[in-house]
Amino acid sequence: MAEVYILWWRHMKRYLRTRSRIIGAVGQPLLFLLALGYGLGSVYKQAGQGNYLHFLVAGVILQTILFSGVFWGMQILFDKRFGFLKEMMVAPISRLRILLGNALGGATISLFQGALVFIIALAIGFRPDNWALFPLAALIMLILSLALTSFGAGLASMVDDFQGFQAINNFLVFPLFFLSSALYPLTNAPELLRILGTINPLSYGVDALRYSLIGETHFGLAKDMLIIGLTLVVCVWFAVNRFNRLQV
Amino acid sequence: MSMSAPIIEVRDVVKTFGKIKAVDRVSFAIKRGEIFAFLGPNGAGKSTTIKMLTTMLRPTAGELYLDGHDVTREQAKARKSFGIVFQDPAVEEELTAYENMLFHAVLYGVPKAEQQPRIRKLMALVDLWERKDSLVRTFSGGMRRRLEVARGLLHHPKILFLDEPTLGLDTQTRNILWNYVRKLSQNEGMTIFFTTHYLDEAEDVAQRIAIIDHGKIVATGTAAQLAKQTKTKNLEEAYLKLTGEGIRDEVSEDFNGLNVRSVMRGR
Ligand SMILES: Nc1ncnc2c1ncn2[C@@H]1O[C@H](COP(=O)(O)OP(=O)(O)OP(=O)(O)O)[C@@H](O)[C@H]1O
Ligand SMILES: [Mg+2]
Repeated sequence: MAEVYILWWRHMKRYLRTRSRIIGAVGQPLLFLLALGYGLGSVYKQAGQGNYLHFLVAGVILQTILFSGVFWGMQILFDKRFGFLKEMMVAPISRLRILLGNALGGATISLFQGALVFIIALAIGFRPDNWALFPLAALIMLILSLALTSFGAGLASMVDDFQGFQAINNFLVFPLFFLSSALYPLTNAPELLRILGTINPLSYGVDALRYSLIGETHFGLAKDMLIIGLTLVVCVWFAVNRFNRLQV
Repeated sequence: MSMSAPIIEVRDVVKTFGKIKAVDRVSFAIKRGEIFAFLGPNGAGKSTTIKMLTTMLRPTAGELYLDGHDVTREQAKARKSFGIVFQDPAVEEELTAYENMLFHAVLYGVPKAEQQPRIRKLMALVDLWERKDSLVRTFSGGMRRRLEVARGLLHHPKILFLDEPTLGLDTQTRNILWNYVRKLSQNEGMTIFFTTHYLDEAEDVAQRIAIIDHGKIVATGTAAQLAKQTKTKNLEEAYLKLTGEGIRDEVSEDFNGLNVRSVMRGR
């Protein structure tokens, strides 16, 4: 396990040395929270939907975990490009462990950033409905971090350049985020958005998180947990499968 | 397996990249404990062969064995038998020199008690101990190279691949490196497989040499045997006679590669 630890340790070192990354990664969700939360808050209230800021917190936490998870998973791509991946890939340990160490590193970082956004939300006045459900929220964030980092690692194993990374962000990650229930409730959404939101696994992640924070759910917690559990399994399988084929 | 069985064996190996035949039916065998040099012009297929031997690339055809393990089918076992210094940079810039060494020591299974003393000894050997806490990002090209060489020597594998280890190193460091490598071979029976463009290094250090050109091995033997085969006076003349005097088209490509690399370093 020492090998898995050292792979994880390297990500921590990298992360803590570049504070700008911490600020950058939390900045975008914070902007969403403030601009949308306050900007659309009154419209949302007039529509009889309650407090939008409260609704949005789960969405921006998911946003943080999604983007940093995929980004840190994609670190493999950067390592490939700058040569460091070779150093890991010819080490006398199994690829599974290499992947595990890297994925755990990325997941720790995205979990930490998700937690940071949660704390910021608390600072601007957000309060969870029921603190007793907080451990559930933490568990959901952990599962999502692992799943999305694995997803990023799998994708990184398939593409060869930064343009590929950009393309994935623009054509996969952004749509996944905007077409989930992160920013708007699916209940009254137009038919098309509701259908897309229902087949998007991220909707279930954000729904579960929202339930644990403010007690609102669209699909029901049992279904949510089932789908995010399945998503984790599929993402890990995808990462292992792609990473095993990777040539450096 | 018996001690006399070759520790590295390559049989009819082919590697193609699209239309390019980088390695074209190469076969050779290397004895346990031997110091073997692989020489050839730019783009001859040296690195590609090493990448296949070290599980980084899959061969298009043919078989490769390391210490009795089929490299394609038993990758994990094959990986336990070797260490490598890559031709291209492979250090983590956001870690310090010491951290890069520690990372390698743990990942490559150096026993815990030996990690610190070995790292210290090797970093002192390449004159980097004073700079151990500097981020590699701040290192010059030669310093990075020295770090990579020291790192490659950290764990003591049965086989050590050195792909142009002396590229960009000053004369002092080159001498230190080759003396150390000779000692490893003598004291630990380590097998050394290296490539270089400095023919004097090959002549001094290697016990046997193979010359590869356009993906094919054109001659194998000791430096003296190669000179004799080609009716020339020394390795350099033999090499030029075997591979021709012309410059390879790959040179310009390779030059670009170096430029990109130095730009990346300069970031
Ligand atoms: N990943 C790749 N994709 C396409 N072509 C490649 C790839 N790697 C190597 N080649 C080609 O294979 C040939 C052999 O390259 P290789 O790196 O093995 O040469 P080399 O003998 O190590 O040369 P040098 O002395 O310049 O390091 C070259 O023509 C090169 O362009
Ligand atoms: Mg080469």
